[in-house]
Amino acid sequence: MNPEKALPSYLDQSDAVRERFERLKERPKILEVKGLDKVFETPKGETVALKDIHFDTHRREFLCVVGPSGCGKSTLIRILAGLDAQTGGEVLLEGKPVRGPGKDRGMVFQGYTLFPWLSVKRNVMFGLTVNGMGFQEAERQALQWLALIGLEKFADAYPHQLSGGMKQRVAIARALANQPRILLMDEPFGALDAQTRARMQAHLLEIWRKIDITIVFITHDLDEAIYLADRVLVLKAHPGEVQELIEVPVPHPRKMEQFISDEFLATKARLEELIYAHEEKEEGESEEEYDYPDMPRLVEVDDSVD
Amino acid sequence: MSRTNWFSVQTELSSQAKTVLGVFSFILPILVWSIVSYVPVVWHPLVQITDPGSVSYLQVDMRMPRGPFEDAVAEAQAEGQAPPEGFPANPVYLPAPHEVAEALYTAFVTPPPSKDMPWLHQSLWHSIQVIFWGFFLSSAIGVPLGVLCGAYAPISRLTEPFVEFFRYLPAPAFGALAVAILGIYDGPKIAIIFIGTFFQQVLIIANTTRKLDGALAEAALTLGAGNLQLLTRVVVPGVLPDLYRDLRILLGWAWTYLIVAELIGTTSGITWFITQQARYQHFENVYAAIIIIGIIGLGTDLVLGMLARRFFPWDRNGK
Ligand SMILES: Nc1ncnc2c1ncn2[C@@H]1O[C@H](COP(=O)(O)OP(=O)(O)O)[C@@H](O)[C@H]1O
Ligand SMILES: [Mg+2]
Repeated sequence: MNPEKALPSYLDQSDAVRERFERLKERPKILEVKGLDKVFETPKGETVALKDIHFDTHRREFLCVVGPSGCGKSTLIRILAGLDAQTGGEVLLEGKPVRGPGKDRGMVFQGYTLFPWLSVKRNVMFGLTVNGMGFQEAERQALQWLALIGLEKFADAYPHQLSGGMKQRVAIARALANQPRILLMDEPFGALDAQTRARMQAHLLEIWRKIDITIVFITHDLDEAIYLADRVLVLKAHPGEVQELIEVPVPHPRKMEQFISDEFLATKARLEELIYAHEEKEEGESEEEYDYPDMPRLVEVDDSVD
Repeated sequence: MSRTNWFSVQTELSSQAKTVLGVFSFILPILVWSIVSYVPVVWHPLVQITDPGSVSYLQVDMRMPRGPFEDAVAEAQAEGQAPPEGFPANPVYLPAPHEVAEALYTAFVTPPPSKDMPWLHQSLWHSIQVIFWGFFLSSAIGVPLGVLCGAYAPISRLTEPFVEFFRYLPAPAFGALAVAILGIYDGPKIAIIFIGTFFQQVLIIANTTRKLDGALAEAALTLGAGNLQLLTRVVVPGVLPDLYRDLRILLGWAWTYLIVAELIGTTSGITWFITQQARYQHFENVYAAIIIIGIIGLGTDLVLGMLARRFFPWDRNGK
């Protein structure tokens, strides 16, 4: 590839992609986030984790949230889930304000949060039965979800018998079984190896295509964000603010081969610019700043690795 | 076969090595005991008389220190009279392994000296009942209370400071009080076991409950679980294997209160047997009784451990 060849702008969209976004924006808004603030009171003083966050998500949209570590991605998704309360602003789900967790918002965490004492099938049934569904109906539905994620054979296994990728598939099925309006995912594939992660991404897109679900997906992997998302919400740190909401110009259906397409690379270049430019500007005050110490040479001079 | 490095930190042993070492942990002390008992040059500070000879103050089977015995022999020989005879012996409070083994057997087959006294197995059964009721009553209140303390901070703050204070009070100190309130039979004994167990139990169970991974509770909340469901369907099942392990350890502690408890009011159970035998210096029977307690305790724990693997197949910390 010739690096000199100018990439198109990430703002250029083909007709098909533009039409797709027009259709997307005609769909009703599922999630509206208005002027969201979150301040943590700590013994060392206040941390502004989120400041005046605005964005909307339409039905069946796949929204990715990216940003440097510590920019408030997890804080944001926990507020959307109702696990934490915001200090200002509001979150509306289908027009109704979010107060506390509920089964209309499913969540998949980075750590494996399957219930270790329940079999895979019982894990998927959990949400159904706590919401009052009878055992047999819940079991029937759980088996359907396991079929969807391809783990029917493991219905009676315990979580500790599954690989990391399988655990996250079960966690997705468990969240989806409740038929939530929106699925919240906080770096769900962060702990997986590269190969499994790629398979999980394709798998998630497949599930998203098949069912009526809106997904808010947090990641720090830019390739993952572009590959999965309709739109990417870019946050910056200290305080966590929205930098840009980018419409990904890569056409659907998504394929691995698109990773080297011009649209993909242009979008990635833009994301890198937003995230790293900011990191550099902040470097002076960043806690993660690290001066390389003057390291003495501990091998003989003629024994060089370069 | 691969070479095992026995002394690398925190390395799992093969199950074969575990069994062998486990057996050795019993063989070693028994070996020491046998050497002290059967090898005359090791210790044996006394002489057990087989024939008093001409010495009037000696009797057959009497034990005396070696020095005075040798003096008596020398004296008798100097006077041309028959010297006393005997063999090196340990003090009566240290019987040899075979004597204890024999006592272990005869204790069960020998009828009690009088009709109104209990057989050994009846005494044991009585002790087991006292332990059971003390531990059961303590757990019936202590486990739910501990779980609630672990789950809900206000309950914890309202309960734990006082419990923390109370657990330092020695349970046997309440003996006289317990007798005054509950009479002289099993009531006060059960109360002592209860007091000795309960306060530790609440704190330990509360701590175990607090160790539950908070992410599991959050996952349950996002799935629509309510507060009560969180307790019954996440907290309790989540900590159950650890609670069970705690209870096994606490049961061991309850046994250690048994002797003190049984001395309160009318002495009963295995303690009655032990004090009787000690009074007549049948120390082999005393050791036998102590060993029986150990066997019952260890046996119960092994059975409970095996049941744990069946109850909690998902629990990978289980042993
Ligand atoms: N419970 C908390 N108490 C205090 N500060 C917190 C808490 N949770 C997060 N923060 C702070 O809020 C900021 C955002 O954190 P987080 O949302 O976890 O970032 P991200 O997920 O993007 O890495 C960080 O500076 C972090 O230190
Ligand atoms: Mg995070």
